[in-house]
Amino acid sequence: MTMLSSPSHWRRYKEIYNLQGSVCGNCGKAFFPARKICPNCRRQGRIEPLHFSGKGKIFAHTVIRNPPEGFEEYAPYIIALIKLDEGPMVTSQVVDCQPEDVYIDMPVGTCFRKLREQNEKGIIIYGFKFKPIDGALKH
Amino acid sequence: MDNKREVAIVGVGSTPFGEHWQKGLRDLALEASLEAVEEAGIRGKEIQEIYVGNMSGGMFVGQEHVAALAADFLGLNPVPAIRVEAACASGGVALRQGYISIASGLYDLVAVGGVEKMTDVEGTKATSALAGAMDMEWEAYFGTTFPGLYALMARRYMYEYGLTREQLAKVAVKNHFHGSFNPKAHFRNKLTVEDVEKSTLVADPLRVFDCCPMSDGAACVLLAPAEKARNYTDTPIVIEACTQASDTLSLFDRRDICTLDATREAAQQAFSQAKLSPKDIDVAEVHDCFTIAELLAIEDLGFCEKGRAAELYDEGQTYVGGKLPVNTDGGLKAGGHAVGATGIKQIVELVRQLRGEVEKERQVKDAEIGLAQNVGGSGATAVVTIVRRK
Repeated sequence: MTMLSSPSHWRRYKEIYNLQGSVCGNCGKAFFPARKICPNCRRQGRIEPLHFSGKGKIFAHTVIRNPPEGFEEYAPYIIALIKLDEGPMVTSQVVDCQPEDVYIDMPVGTCFRKLREQNEKGIIIYGFKFKPIDGALKH
Repeated sequence: MDNKREVAIVGVGSTPFGEHWQKGLRDLALEASLEAVEEAGIRGKEIQEIYVGNMSGGMFVGQEHVAALAADFLGLNPVPAIRVEAACASGGVALRQGYISIASGLYDLVAVGGVEKMTDVEGTKATSALAGAMDMEWEAYFGTTFPGLYALMARRYMYEYGLTREQLAKVAVKNHFHGSFNPKAHFRNKLTVEDVEKSTLVADPLRVFDCCPMSDGAACVLLAPAEKARNYTDTPIVIEACTQASDTLSLFDRRDICTLDATREAAQQAFSQAKLSPKDIDVAEVHDCFTIAELLAIEDLGFCEKGRAAELYDEGQTYVGGKLPVNTDGGLKAGGHAVGATGIKQIVELVRQLRGEVEKERQVKDAEIGLAQNVGGSGATAVVTIVRRK
């Protein structure tokens, strides 16, 4: 992946660190990542910030064995679509379990982790990943 | 648009898809274009405008401004040259731009090409370039890859519809079988279900042989108004419809990750404009970047109900000789995927099928109507084109 500048991460800290998305006050639909226009209500939409709980369930999952540039040292790792309790889905890594532990509908929650290190001149990128909540593992 | 002109394809050309160590981006573009120009029996100077589908000359070979480069080395200056980018649908979207140009009455001869030179960079870099077709901030940021996104679709589809691994493998087996008869295919070896099942996992449940290769290649079509088509060819192929639709860039925002709504929308518009239905299609070229993608395409284009595409593969109906021959050139899987060129290569294959001039083992008998579906990213862009021999 191309080297990303510090501002490109810093300007997203509320979303990446605090899971801040948005919600349309008119129809109630929640958005993560935040949207500034509600596709349903258009001009009638009233977009407000929404802090997500970080709780959700696995909707689909895979194991990345051929990683993109910058993720080589982490492979193989689990990538999943997680359906958040508030409605939207997110793509993220699932950690603190083995690939064979993951199942559709497994309850998960966010944790704050290192996402990636760039080279020695680059920054270390942190953000959310998901892990099984207590009791979610079947063994 | 009621007053639009009918558009015909009057010449086609394509390079073999594969690893062209001896040829660069401009060589490939030139080779495909010259073949089309020679077919149409023109000198080249009659061309009034060119469109070039190219996803990422910048990241694959460091070259932007690709359309001007193509015009220059084709000796076509000073015609307007426009690069079109829509990830893996760049070719299809370029075709639609050329179609609009002729249909509108603005020009009478337009060249539409697609080109990609992917093998000058190592695999990881190419994977990163392709990742640019997804949401960089919300998908790629967390380490997702394209095989990963399609693996998520496959996983969910298996859960919802009971698709088996073996059924996925049958898509690759069929495409390699067709590709084995195509001298321009990237891979010409046949595969068995067992070969696919034993291949290395890339993104579970997808294996290496579920994934298309990264290819170098180019393809070109020449478009003219149908009323003037016989100046160039005895067998003009008319574009009955060329439609495009958009969906969310991210997979996670989709209404249903087992359906490409953009394909559904474009297909409905295309069939409506062409006054045809799926049962009228004699041969189809669909965007099988991964085996699961071909199954979704068959359903989303309306050839069968959601969840039932694999039955057609169990019955062998998508082979040449079956009810619906699909990807008779080997598709992306065996034919190869030079991303910006793929959407044009599909049209080249359909034109050759409808003219009855491909190798006899993969020729669909008396084919009259063909359909192509070209997809960008995980489904944010889809182009559906219906062509007919008249």
